[in-house]
Amino acid sequence: MFSTNGNNTPRIGFYVCHCGHNIASLVDVEEVRKYVATLPGVVVSRDYKYMCSDPGQELIQQDIKENKLNRIVVASCSPLLHEHTFRVATEKAGLNPYFFHMVNIRENVSWVLDNREIATEKSKDLARAAIRRVFFHKPLEKKTVPINPAVLIVGGGIAGIQAALTIANAGKKVYLVERDATIGGHMAMFDKTFPTLDCAACILTPKMSAVKSHPNITLWTYSEVEKIDGFVGDYHVKVKRKPRYVIEDLCVGCMDCIEACIYKEAKYPDEFNQGLSKRKPIYIPFPQATPMVVLFDPETCIDFKSHRCKKTCIEACDRDAIDLKQVATYENINVGTVILSTGFQTYDAKLSPQYGYGKFPNVYTSLEVERLVNASGPTGGEVITRDGKRPKSVGIIHCVGSRDEKSHKWCSRVCCMYSLKLAHLIKEHTGAEVYNFYIDMRTPGKGYEEFYDKLMNEGVHFVRGRVAEVTDWAIIPEEEQKLTIRVEDTLIGVVRRIPVDMVVLAVGMEPKDDASEIRRLFNISCSNEGFFLERHPKLAPVNTFTDGIFIAGACQGPRDIPDTVAQAGAAAAECLSLISAGSIELEPNTASIIEKYCSGCKSCIPLCPYTAISFKEDIKKAYINEALCKGCGTCVAACPSGSILQNLFEDDQIFSEIDGLLKFAGIEPEKKEVLHA
Amino acid sequence: MHNIEKKWEPKIIAFFCNWCTYTAADLAGVSRLKYAPNVRVIRIMCSGRVDPQFIMQALASGADGVLIGGCHPGDCHYSEGNYKMLRRFRLLQRVFKSMGIDEKRCRLEWISASEGDKVKTVINDMVEQIQKLGPLALPERMADLDKEIEEIEKEISKEEVVEHA
Amino acid sequence: MRYLYYPGCSLKCTGRSYEESLLPVFDELKIDYVELNDWNCCGATAYMAVDEAKAFAIASRNLALAEEQFKNEKEINIIAPCSACYMVLLKTKNYLDSNKFELAKIKAALRESGLNYEGKVRIRHPLDVLVNDLGVKEIAKAVKYPLKGIKVASYYGCQTVRPISTFDDARDPHTMDDLVKAIGAEPVDWPLKTRCCGASLTGIVEKVGLPLSYVILNEAAKRRADVVATSCPLCQFNLECYQTNINTKYQSDLRIGVVYFSQLMGLALGISPKKLGMDRLFIKPEIVYKAVKGGETVYV
Repeated sequence: MFSTNGNNTPRIGFYVCHCGHNIASLVDVEEVRKYVATLPGVVVSRDYKYMCSDPGQELIQQDIKENKLNRIVVASCSPLLHEHTFRVATEKAGLNPYFFHMVNIRENVSWVLDNREIATEKSKDLARAAIRRVFFHKPLEKKTVPINPAVLIVGGGIAGIQAALTIANAGKKVYLVERDATIGGHMAMFDKTFPTLDCAACILTPKMSAVKSHPNITLWTYSEVEKIDGFVGDYHVKVKRKPRYVIEDLCVGCMDCIEACIYKEAKYPDEFNQGLSKRKPIYIPFPQATPMVVLFDPETCIDFKSHRCKKTCIEACDRDAIDLKQVATYENINVGTVILSTGFQTYDAKLSPQYGYGKFPNVYTSLEVERLVNASGPTGGEVITRDGKRPKSVGIIHCVGSRDEKSHKWCSRVCCMYSLKLAHLIKEHTGAEVYNFYIDMRTPGKGYEEFYDKLMNEGVHFVRGRVAEVTDWAIIPEEEQKLTIRVEDTLIGVVRRIPVDMVVLAVGMEPKDDASEIRRLFNISCSNEGFFLERHPKLAPVNTFTDGIFIAGACQGPRDIPDTVAQAGAAAAECLSLISAGSIELEPNTASIIEKYCSGCKSCIPLCPYTAISFKEDIKKAYINEALCKGCGTCVAACPSGSILQNLFEDDQIFSEIDGLLKFAGIEPEKKEVLHA
Repeated sequence: MHNIEKKWEPKIIAFFCNWCTYTAADLAGVSRLKYAPNVRVIRIMCSGRVDPQFIMQALASGADGVLIGGCHPGDCHYSEGNYKMLRRFRLLQRVFKSMGIDEKRCRLEWISASEGDKVKTVINDMVEQIQKLGPLALPERMADLDKEIEEIEKEISKEEVVEHA
Repeated sequence: MRYLYYPGCSLKCTGRSYEESLLPVFDELKIDYVELNDWNCCGATAYMAVDEAKAFAIASRNLALAEEQFKNEKEINIIAPCSACYMVLLKTKNYLDSNKFELAKIKAALRESGLNYEGKVRIRHPLDVLVNDLGVKEIAKAVKYPLKGIKVASYYGCQTVRPISTFDDARDPHTMDDLVKAIGAEPVDWPLKTRCCGASLTGIVEKVGLPLSYVILNEAAKRRADVVATSCPLCQFNLECYQTNINTKYQSDLRIGVVYFSQLMGLALGISPKKLGMDRLFIKPEIVYKAVKGGETVYV
């Protein structure tokens, strides 16, 4: 009656998992077990509390040996979670792992339904389809591909730096690509780090120079990944190196050219200092920039605009390092794995107009204040407001662009802590009265709550309530010439007006504007809020759905420096684990041509995005190079003569699944002896 | 069997691509979103794998609707499998029209891995839609058709007998 | 496009000069409108506080009437100039559109009088229609006498962009300021654009209402506004008519014109103050009249 896959008649073992209460509370697993026992081909049908546990897996193995099972079906959770587990168990018992098939009755049934009878029916349908399907399963050979030991890291913030050093120290080649002119990322802008108040530069800059001088690291700053193709183990990457109009190998960072620029005064906003200071058209991002190489800003340099500059900078350079005709160059590299550590951006405070950022000069973002309190910042560490005064009172508003229906719903995790840190630093620098306006204080972390406690003892004020507005509307003399913060103090239940000299907006973290372009480039997913999506939020937090591409740091979600560093280490370990294994097993779901049916119509050839299909002129048949095939199955669906076959997703297998779901819903149960448990 | 008395419920077969929509369905599960129980999902690697015959076969075997879920345009794990599916889908809709099958019975949706709630809304919406359309019941209709043809054939053969006589 | 015009009770009584100024401005700008037949009171905020279901029923009658009257039109846009009417109708529509169960009840009530509500109607504020449908460029083109040098404090009141903002930023509204710029005047940057004027409390609990009006007027004066422009009959009434009481209570000498934005627009478009109902004002904004063509009486 059925195709029996050669000579061996299918002897199917069926196992339905309770998953504790996760499945059993809504699906009558016994009923499913009994029902499946009546289906043709089923020799063993059992239910068990946790199929994925060791005893559960041993159950399968024992049955394979004792009852000569040659097909295994497990109804439990999603195959994305445990297909691998059960395949390994099947293989251990001496059966080809691809005789196993999984039925998802947790994510697709018990977790999304609420009626026991219906859930049980749906489980039976799905189980029946799988039983029909495994009749057509075939033994397959695993496909392995070698791993190129070189690693590409995109983004040179603390995450990228940490990952690069870890991998390079393990003796593997790293390409670190950074979009800006220097590595260091946001951390380089910070003054101190919470809660230990370590100087950020003191702990970061040694790492930055280690990256620069490491023999295993190729550092390309002012560069972007333009194109990537290939797959895990063998990615081909094209990197664009943007022109900085200075020859990197020749420049020693003496800055004579900057001195010589015909602009005697710096007059363009300095990006690194958040526009609080000025730079020239030729500049170094900051004193510890790595690499220590100057660059030109063609937008502001006179010579780029009018070609009539005296070019005093070129005269000043005795190493002839300046090349105003420089153009972008491209590097092509092959790597086996990739770590994305592209970071975050801060929320644009102008989008919350009630706080007056951009309208009142003395409203600052937290990142601006980081520069303001920094000894190497625009004011040399003096906290002076834009109108040149030293503030006597400062209000720090938490959750700007976080936990807000109107902007971002998520908590940015770091703002409470950095607001405490800034409160401490501002108080230390100015002796001002500092007010923190918070919704909830969130200080989970080693030493964090203690830091909060310390701040309360330092006399920083804490007002619980989301600030309504920052206004220059004065109703009493004390408020004149000040910014008044209007807030409902929810602990005492009154609306308060607190006049201050300076307002700091604790802006939240959000995905970079072009995160979705990067996501597309690397073929990974984003979660709803726009951060890169991890493979599993708990068990695979640095993996993505694309093999060989890992994520680290705030590009995956808001996080602080310790978590970022830990995650970077994890991503590095994932790369190293692939590298030291030397190869990776891939799903053998490739397609192949059944030559005797192929009519040579060539319909399939243009469909393949990987050019895996070619045409054999001598026999007038198509040919699929399995090494290039990624197993999407598009050609299989398009072949008019049905002469392409995709392993694991053969036509027969899918048709039998469809039939199993629909046609055989009412067949008479077969009376036979089946092992129950 | 025993469900003759029950109210008719649509049967929908869904083909979800492994990378986006199947993952989204998993997310819907993990988020405990409740949705209509009428859909049975078949996992494939890419929506490009969906052979029009799968859809035809599903309807012919008694499905009232077929749902195909793939990655958003530009997001396909295999670059462009979803575009190929879209092309096929458009042609297929014309075929359905000419066969007198309502186009709404077959639906193609782009659902990314993070859109668990979209899985819920699409499925609920589709179930509601098919409920309005009523049963397709192709197997029954084809059986009736077979019977009719049989009867006509009988008639013809009778006539032939008469003529010969 | 043709609009339905829902005046509401105020625009026929205490706030008549709002209607008297708005409709000529619409005519001048060729905005086509027709008054809603057989409209009834929106119920205002008071009824909502007493019995929500009945309040929604009474307000929804107007929406149903609009759909009835405009059943052959492509779009049904109903202009509600009074802030309270606008807010109540909008709230009703939002409530009905998102609440299937209540919708069924209201529909049953409407059916009693042979009406039906399908949710097709859009509630529009005149500011929305003028700025977003017509556009400030068109308005600027139509201006005959730009109000040069006049500083206007745009006062939106508490109901125009809150609690539901459909056409402007609730935290920093700008549409009225855009209009002020379009007619050649200068908008005053001030923080009390959406602050409550005291509303009905001014009339009944003066000690609560008056201070609210006072801070608004005081701040407008402090920021050197020549005139306050409003889009709400009650705001206009509170801010203008109570100035004497306020001055007595706070020993201040406030005397600042409070007019409808439509009156300022009308002046700029060359309509006479009388035709704009400005003779009803207690405090005549002489400075505005003067600004128009150097103080000559240009209006007929």
